[in-house]
Amino acid sequence: MTPLAGFLLVAALVFSIGLAGALTRRNAILVLIGIELMLNAANLNLIAFWRYGPHPEALTGMMFAIFSIAVAAAEAAVGLGLVISIHRHAHTTDLDQMNRMKG
Amino acid sequence: MNFVFYVLAALTVVGSLAAVLLKNTVHCALALTVAFAGLALLFLDLDAQFAGFAQILVYIGAVAILVVFAILLTKGSETPKDGVFSKTWLAGLFVAAAVFAVLGWAVLQTAPMLSKGATVPTVTVQDIGIALIGRYVLPLEIVAVLLTAALIGAVIVAMHDKEGAK
Repeated sequence: MTPLAGFLLVAALVFSIGLAGALTRRNAILVLIGIELMLNAANLNLIAFWRYGPHPEALTGMMFAIFSIAVAAAEAAVGLGLVISIHRHAHTTDLDQMNRMKG
Repeated sequence: MNFVFYVLAALTVVGSLAAVLLKNTVHCALALTVAFAGLALLFLDLDAQFAGFAQILVYIGAVAILVVFAILLTKGSETPKDGVFSKTWLAGLFVAAAVFAVLGWAVLQTAPMLSKGATVPTVTVQDIGIALIGRYVLPLEIVAVLLTAALIGAVIVAMHDKEGAK
């Protein structure tokens, strides 16, 4: 197995674990943790393809990963702000109890 | 595929598994930090020094702290009586396993064609800075606007409105 295949398998495993967490946990914060893991697995893919791609000096994959990190930070800030806002309104972060669109 | 890679891969996978499976939410956040550190070390193993240290600064330094703050503000560390997994956990697990099966199959099918990456790329921080203000200057500015908007938006969303209806 080539090194690139190893990194891609690790990224696929972390992505699946994050997806399982986002789909099975009840707590909204844990769902956000799952989404963060999925974004990080995608970053690992980008960096691995950059390292083992034909033109690493063009920096394309590296730039994608850096911008992805910045966008993920913005996503985490807004997502956790939304969770705090929902908790203040509904006094719970349990997603199974949030079954109304009307406040 | 050396020893270091296996250790880092095991650290990352165990950390992310613990982040998803543990019952106490604070323990989940700490396990998430371990997973982020493992990913940062994998970046360093891939000769991407800048991305690795950016990962440490942004994720371990900021996002993990933000998650801990959110847990403490929402009293999320109290384990609910009726379990931590949702009612439809079996379907979610099935979907995640199917996604991993497809991804793993695709990687293993194409594994013989993937390049070995014989030459180590020599990329300095200076190269990254020149690329950021040269070819990638427009995305850089857009990210700057996005981060400002996200900062203001997160504060407004989470702000306590005393005059609002109860």
